[in-house]
Amino acid sequence: MLSYLQRLGRTGLDVAAGFGRAGILLAQAVWGPIDWRYGPGLLLRQLHFVGVYSLIIIVVSGVLIGMVLALQGYTVLVRFGAESALGQMVSLTLLRELGPVVAALLFAGRAGSALTAEIGLMKTTEQLAAMEMIGVDPLRRVARPRLLAGIIAMPILAQVFNMVAILGAVGVGVSWLGVDAGSFWSNMQQSVELGEDVMNGVIKAFAFGVVVTWIAVFEGFDAEPTPEGISTATTRTVVYSSLAVLAMDFLLTAIMFGVD
Amino acid sequence: MQSRSIEISVGAFILLGIVALSFLVIQVSGLTFADARRDTYQLSAQFNTVAGLAPRAKVMVAGVTIGRVTEIHIDPVSVRAVVDMAIDKNVDYLTADSIASIKTAGVLGEQYVSIAVGASEDILKGGDRIRDTQSAMILEDLIGKFVTNFGDKK
Repeated sequence: MLSYLQRLGRTGLDVAAGFGRAGILLAQAVWGPIDWRYGPGLLLRQLHFVGVYSLIIIVVSGVLIGMVLALQGYTVLVRFGAESALGQMVSLTLLRELGPVVAALLFAGRAGSALTAEIGLMKTTEQLAAMEMIGVDPLRRVARPRLLAGIIAMPILAQVFNMVAILGAVGVGVSWLGVDAGSFWSNMQQSVELGEDVMNGVIKAFAFGVVVTWIAVFEGFDAEPTPEGISTATTRTVVYSSLAVLAMDFLLTAIMFGVD
Repeated sequence: MQSRSIEISVGAFILLGIVALSFLVIQVSGLTFADARRDTYQLSAQFNTVAGLAPRAKVMVAGVTIGRVTEIHIDPVSVRAVVDMAIDKNVDYLTADSIASIKTAGVLGEQYVSIAVGASEDILKGGDRIRDTQSAMILEDLIGKFVTNFGDKK
């Protein structure tokens, strides 16, 4: 009986310690003097790695999701003769929820896991220790540009996702199913508001970017320096950041669009 | 050379992000701000019931939107619903004997305030009240009346 209690206590302490380490990592990586010697090169390389390489999967899934939304929405709406509201339905779904969330999930799978694996391997091969030996702070040299790149790239990716998804919906809804293009766009423009919908979507994407890259970088630094350790850390990055994104999405939705 | 291509692709990436955001802002949202609208002035009207009318509902004259409902509250003295509306500044043809009524767009559509302009010489200004109003039609009440009438006749 007592041993169960002890195990529970140990788990609780481990979780708390993990959160603490993650917080310290973020604080040390973000605050502290900026090292101008590196210039923007490091950040650019990470933006390339995290952002540009994620573009293909974001664009392809965006188009497909937009097409599916339009097709499903059409089959439901046409029963009520309301297929002109298709644009409104698709754009609000995408801007408020689906765009930031799906883009963040894809981002966690594509970029987050790669970040964790890369940093984990650096740790396993003792590159991080070597950096410390020669007086380079790995948190600033390795963690900071990756965090920044993820935080910058995520909102961009989410907006690209929204754009191509809406264009995909136009392709299916207007060109194929024959919804009137005029009412499609005007219904959309009437119901979508810049502050409420577009900007809240950007804020969501930004928040998801912070969380996903934070988890990815932390898991990399916290990985056990073994091949097994890297693989568990990579899995954990994807699982934790997906859960964190979905949970945060609910919270943010409740705050942004919830009952006034 | 390699760093050059990285810089170019990152530049293109950021540009794409800007393009996507401006597409969403201009084409999708049609640049409608929730609050920062054009210049408006306030009118109010009292109704017996507003059933279903919500803030941000449209205010229309002859089917054309001229403003929005800003606030709905209860007047504690008369215990009637007070609807505050923000009307576009360039609307200067609402006469003092205009009639405000709450209508529904379609059977299941949203509710809006419709203003029928009268023939008076006096023009409503900011802060004025529209005196003649017709309250919302409550479908349940109508059905209730219909059913009781129907029952009485038998």
